[in-house]
Amino acid sequence: MSSINYAEKIPNNVNLSEDRKLQRALESWQPHYIDWWKEMGPEGTSTSEIYLRTAISAEPDGWAQFGHVKMEDYRWGIFLAPPEQDRKVNFGAHKGQDAWQEVPGEYRSMLRRLITVQGDTEPASVEQQRLLGQCCPSLYDLRNLFQVNVEEGRHLWAMVYLLHAYFGKDGREEAEEMLARRSGDPDKPRILGAFNEKTADWLAFFMFTFITDRDGKYQLCALAESGFDPLSRSCRFMLTEEAHHMFVGESGVGRIIERACQVMKENRTDDVRKFGVIDLPTIQRYLNFHYSVTSDLYGAEVSTNAATSYNMGLKGRYEETKIGDDHQLEQTTYSVLHPVNGGFQAIEVPALNALNERLRLDWAEDVAKGVERWNKIIAKHGIDFKLTLPHLAFNRAIGHFSDIAVDPQGKVISTEEFARRRDEWLPSQSDLAYVQSLMGGAVHKPGQFANWIAPPPRGINNQSVDFDYVRFA
Amino acid sequence: MIDFQTSPDRYRHWKLAFDGAVATLTMDVDPTSTLAPGYELKMNSYDLGVDIELYDAVQRLRFEHPEVRTVVMASANPKIFCAGANIKMLGVSSHGHKVNFCKFTNETRNSIEDASDNSKQKYLCAVTGTAAGGGYELALATDYIMMVDDGNTAVSLPEVPLLAVLPGTGGLTRVVDKRKVRRDLADIFCSIEEGVKGKRAVEWRLVDEVIPSSAFKDAVRKRAEAMAATSDRPTNSKGVVLTHPARTISDTAVTYPHLEITFDRDTRTAHITVKGPSAAAPSDLAAIHAQGVDFYPLALARELDDAILHLRANETTVASWVIRSQGDMDLVAGYDAVLQKHAGDWLVREVLLYWKRTCKRLDVTSRTLFALVEPGSCFGGFIAEILFAVDRSYMLDGTFEDSDLPAAKIRLSALNFDGLPMGNGISRIATRFLGEPDSVGKAKDTIGKDLDAAAVAELGLVTATPDDIDWDDEIRLVIEERAAFSPDSLTGMEANLRFAGPETMETKIFGRLTAWQNWIFQRPNAVGENGALKLYGTGKRAAYNQERV
Repeated sequence: MSSINYAEKIPNNVNLSEDRKLQRALESWQPHYIDWWKEMGPEGTSTSEIYLRTAISAEPDGWAQFGHVKMEDYRWGIFLAPPEQDRKVNFGAHKGQDAWQEVPGEYRSMLRRLITVQGDTEPASVEQQRLLGQCCPSLYDLRNLFQVNVEEGRHLWAMVYLLHAYFGKDGREEAEEMLARRSGDPDKPRILGAFNEKTADWLAFFMFTFITDRDGKYQLCALAESGFDPLSRSCRFMLTEEAHHMFVGESGVGRIIERACQVMKENRTDDVRKFGVIDLPTIQRYLNFHYSVTSDLYGAEVSTNAATSYNMGLKGRYEETKIGDDHQLEQTTYSVLHPVNGGFQAIEVPALNALNERLRLDWAEDVAKGVERWNKIIAKHGIDFKLTLPHLAFNRAIGHFSDIAVDPQGKVISTEEFARRRDEWLPSQSDLAYVQSLMGGAVHKPGQFANWIAPPPRGINNQSVDFDYVRFA
Repeated sequence: MIDFQTSPDRYRHWKLAFDGAVATLTMDVDPTSTLAPGYELKMNSYDLGVDIELYDAVQRLRFEHPEVRTVVMASANPKIFCAGANIKMLGVSSHGHKVNFCKFTNETRNSIEDASDNSKQKYLCAVTGTAAGGGYELALATDYIMMVDDGNTAVSLPEVPLLAVLPGTGGLTRVVDKRKVRRDLADIFCSIEEGVKGKRAVEWRLVDEVIPSSAFKDAVRKRAEAMAATSDRPTNSKGVVLTHPARTISDTAVTYPHLEITFDRDTRTAHITVKGPSAAAPSDLAAIHAQGVDFYPLALARELDDAILHLRANETTVASWVIRSQGDMDLVAGYDAVLQKHAGDWLVREVLLYWKRTCKRLDVTSRTLFALVEPGSCFGGFIAEILFAVDRSYMLDGTFEDSDLPAAKIRLSALNFDGLPMGNGISRIATRFLGEPDSVGKAKDTIGKDLDAAAVAELGLVTATPDDIDWDDEIRLVIEERAAFSPDSLTGMEANLRFAGPETMETKIFGRLTAWQNWIFQRPNAVGENGALKLYGTGKRAAYNQERV
């Protein structure tokens, strides 16, 4: 069941060959996907062979194999985590009932929406990152970028499978639209705001994979709790892949910090730009930007939709089954920070309505841990500088903080002051231009790294750092 | 007290912008400016306060802006065009408030269609961001719906799946009757929460056009200009500024320059007296325009309109409205004549249309309406139309003993036969005489003639003509009897008896849609402790009584 059938056109562990209708539907979607990949996938890579891992099993141990492949030949397939015997709906109004193997009719549109929104982020990030290969700091990083890209592509497959298998014609149309929308296109934008932002440089890419892919992790964790079993199983397998994306981000920023610290120490200066590396204050501003924009992805702090999808048993909390409460939340409240009279006040709201905020706080805690690990790098060099996360109300465009202006420390200020001081807190045009100026030609020599980033301590899959992770034709 | 008088400088929720023949009416609801406590108007959702401003804007566009030929309805919220009536507001409102709110919003949507059909001021809806429920119903009231094709923007009527109620402002009716969406497709459309977007919305006729974001603004502008080109509204006329009529409100009376309401709290009666003009009608069109907002028929229409809305919203325990008139019949006839003579002029046309709409407000008012024709009254022409809008009318035969006023007369004009139709599309007199069409002709033959009680009785134009011996008792008994009946059954009875004759979209909205909605609004499946409307927003699932009624 869990081994993957590579003899088929679409590798899968869902017995696709036994469902001719579904197989036909997916086989007719597949060429559109390939066309999309050729048009919107990593630029100029069709002949390169990349050292990629490919899923070969859905078992936790040894699910991947590594080898050089062309991305277009990558075996994108459909893998679900193994079924759990007698799985139940674990929360909400249906708690204790058998998990659904088919979509409950009344929840069809809500579920389709959840899957579509999740699915839409996957091709979006591929589109956002499609030019980064042209200024890669090393083959190691280029390979990591492409690994992230093909796996985002596979995550799209995972969601498209669900749409095709369980949502009929509407689902097939949604699947087509995933390939029609384009990140940042004013006419066909991706659904969520953060996925229409540019990822113009590698610092942004690393921040994105560290912060925004971590939102992806938390969303997937919440969906992995779903009472709709196929969604749960899809998301559980996607999570095994997602971990690498966050590793790429955290270690990438960490190596940029490492390099900045080295140059600061070597030259006894804070002004490292003249040495062609990225200064810590700029990294802080990138962090502020990505953190606040990603915060918006969780939606309104007090949300009807979140309450509904939880109560329906469709989307749970992070590690739902490990939480010690009634898993129905009908009588409980949760404290949510509100803007009140120029300040903030924690207000108790029904716990069901606070689920977006709760998930956001789980994520924020996780992000904060990563930032602490970065700070250890700085401290190791004996440099007196600490990266900090901005206040949760800082620079928000969605939710009840979107109407107020707040500085990173959480002081409510006038919109005029915010506009005036914006560049202290968020990447300025000159910050972006400076980082862009470092993104010169791609570094393609094995073992070589751009000046602004330190090499990693070790390579991928026990290969050496100077391994030829990408072979060019 | 709910006040229906407002003006653009006081708007909290709408913005008006003018550019030649095209005006843009932009919805930008201030969440905190609510009519009552207990809810916030998030996501461009509305309460009665938002709709009062909309009605005011629609009126002012007609009267103050003859140059405006197309009105573009737009939204300042980039994600939500309009989310419809605020659900929390509905949840905390009394049944009576909900019903009155829906009635007013329906009348406002109808007035938009009236502007388009008869004032040649066309409405174009530029849907950016999802138009849900009442938001789509607003779009449905316009002539042409353009929707941005951004993959997210959709139109929807999610009331049934989401709230267990109906779209209450004509949505169901307009989808099949106006936009002529096929009934099975409409059935699907009304069952899916997220609605329909893009090409399919056009194929199903839910919208007229979908356009990519980058081309949207230009396309709207072009379409608005093309629509403007078909209008006959003048380019060089000055509008009439709708300053508020002087009004004083006390517990015992409401007074306007041309209208007075006094309350008899014991019998739960409002006595409404329409005062006739104090001077002769202007001799020519220029003089009518010069009088502007003071032109008697316009002034009276505004006062009666405000009085109806005030009484409906703020005097809910009043059982009966007893309407009298007082003034010089010849002066009324003079005004009636200039209204007819200059009916082609944009302003006079507006005044007539306004009087038509105000009489329609009477038709759908859930109060018993009586008219009393007494000596000194001036029920002539357009004012006489009130006699045919009420449930019963009484005319004194002869004079009162202690008064030297001459016996009352009624004088019909052509307007009573053509120009002031009911919602059913025909005149009140034609509706009245549905079973005796000859009587319409006989009444028509009397146009311009003073009719005494005997003649009026013979023609069947009033209910009864008591003499002064019977008058006081007769009227007292009628009013007291009415006050004793169940207000609910009276509302239902009157609403059914008033609308004989053909069915139109309007009568379907007020008769069928509204009645069903008001029933559903009372049912536990919607408003019970575990009803969908009560639980909306909590995430909890409604528990329905599965019995079909």
